Amino acid sequence: MHPGAVVIGASAGGMDALAEIIPKLPKTFPVPVIIVQHISPLSDNYIATYLDKMSKVNVVEAEEKVKPVKGKAYIAPPNYHLLIERDKSFSLATFERVSFARPSIDVMFETAAEAFGIWLTGVILTGANHDGARGMEYIQALGGKTVVQDPETAEVDTMPKSALERITPTAVVPLKEIAGWLIKNIK
Amino acid sequence: MENKGKEVRNPEILEIEDIEIDLLLEAIFRKYGYDFRNYGKAHVKRRITHRLSTSGLQSISMMQQEVLRNEDFFETLLRDLSINVTEMFRDPDFYAAIRKDVVPVLKTYPFIKIWHAGCSTGEEVYSMAILLKEEGLLDRVQVYATDFNQVVLQAAREGIFSIDRIKEYTINYQRAGGKKSFSDYYTAKYNSVIMDKDLKRNVVFADHNLVTDSVFAEVNMIICRNVLIYFDKELQDKVIKLFDDSLTHGGILCLGSKENLRFSSSFPRFKALNEKQKIYQKRYKI
Ligand SMILES: C[S@@+](CC[C@H](N)C(=O)[O-])C[C@H]1O[C@@H](n2cnc3c(N)ncnc32)[C@H](O)[C@@H]1O
Repeated sequence: MHPGAVVIGASAGGMDALAEIIPKLPKTFPVPVIIVQHISPLSDNYIATYLDKMSKVNVVEAEEKVKPVKGKAYIAPPNYHLLIERDKSFSLATFERVSFARPSIDVMFETAAEAFGIWLTGVILTGANHDGARGMEYIQALGGKTVVQDPETAEVDTMPKSALERITPTAVVPLKEIAGWLIKNIK
Repeated sequence: MENKGKEVRNPEILEIEDIEIDLLLEAIFRKYGYDFRNYGKAHVKRRITHRLSTSGLQSISMMQQEVLRNEDFFETLLRDLSINVTEMFRDPDFYAAIRKDVVPVLKTYPFIKIWHAGCSTGEEVYSMAILLKEEGLLDRVQVYATDFNQVVLQAAREGIFSIDRIKEYTINYQRAGGKKSFSDYYTAKYNSVIMDKDLKRNVVFADHNLVTDSVFAEVNMIICRNVLIYFDKELQDKVIKLFDDSLTHGGILCLGSKENLRFSSSFPRFKALNEKQKIYQKRYKI
């Protein structure tokens, strides 16, 4: 069994970007996918339902104490930070917003980096803020792979660009090719 | 940025930090009696490193020395570790569900004892008191509101809140099925609102630590929301047993909207009154 995971962070424009990536992953994709998408605190978690309908992997909301498994993608619930424990189980928390966001991409990425180390792949997608850049740096520092959406293909390029200011990632990939990149490079 | 992304972190450092954190929590427990050893580690680490970065201390080990010798520093750390984020009518749908599914049960009781465990600054207590008042139950209740943090308890006792969030709370109140106007329950003064004293007439605010203290009353309803998420599985299980022991048969247990009884060994002893809103009832026959 592959001991790793893919973590994905997205903000403005993220719904469409995720809808481009997640449905292309096969049910046999070897690792779980864990997603933070910035979303209004009051919204129901419709993203999970929406993505689940169009995907082969099973898309669900991340629940506390659950350990992620392959064949599934997990989405952080609105208004909660998602953290990954060392035993790889999920924790949720309501502490203050981090760079204006709850859930925060940095919080999830940094804890995932410590849990999965070199087996982690971090993906940063479209967005209008800087969340996720520190997390990507930390993933890289602990030996994980990093993928940044090609800013040219991002609906809003601030987030991928601020990640690129901090790190030279493993790959810069156009949106349409990200799923293919993950399938090819994670085995 | 020439060296961008060049920093490499040796995974050995993580191992050292884990040891340091365990020792720090042990020190806090032995010196001050607060037991964070079974709180979720990812969260605890985040709070500790956050404090480390603003404190000017070099390492978690140095923090341990500071905590042992400087009580003020401990108080600061205690506040970091106890997340006090709360609001009035947090999750309005929860309160609407209380009206619909729980109030009819409570109305059959001549006298009702309610325990808010981990009440923080009291917003949840005042919200529930407003609901009970509108349902004609406030005269029949005895409420215990507890927390292990003295600072927030004092704020809860005073019942004075910042005016900044009143707009948001008014919307919450309405979405929760409020029958009057939210402004009927407070008086505004400068930048604050003072909650109607009548709401806390039957409330006792008390210091209670869910990890280290035992049952202190038999109650008909427990509201413990957004506290258990900070505990690891074993501690959750232990605290839910404490709730089980504190509840009368047929008593109501309310958890936060992302908290689950499912993993607890007490799970079979409860049935869901409202699964989505995490409202459970202790079975009469077990
Ligand atoms: C996030 S607040 C929840 C407040 C409120 N119940 C709500 O849902 O809005 C968590 C509270 O639990 C308290 N708490 C944490 N650990 C505790 C313990 N071991 N015993 C008692 N209270 C505790 C904290 O001090 C804090 O006020």
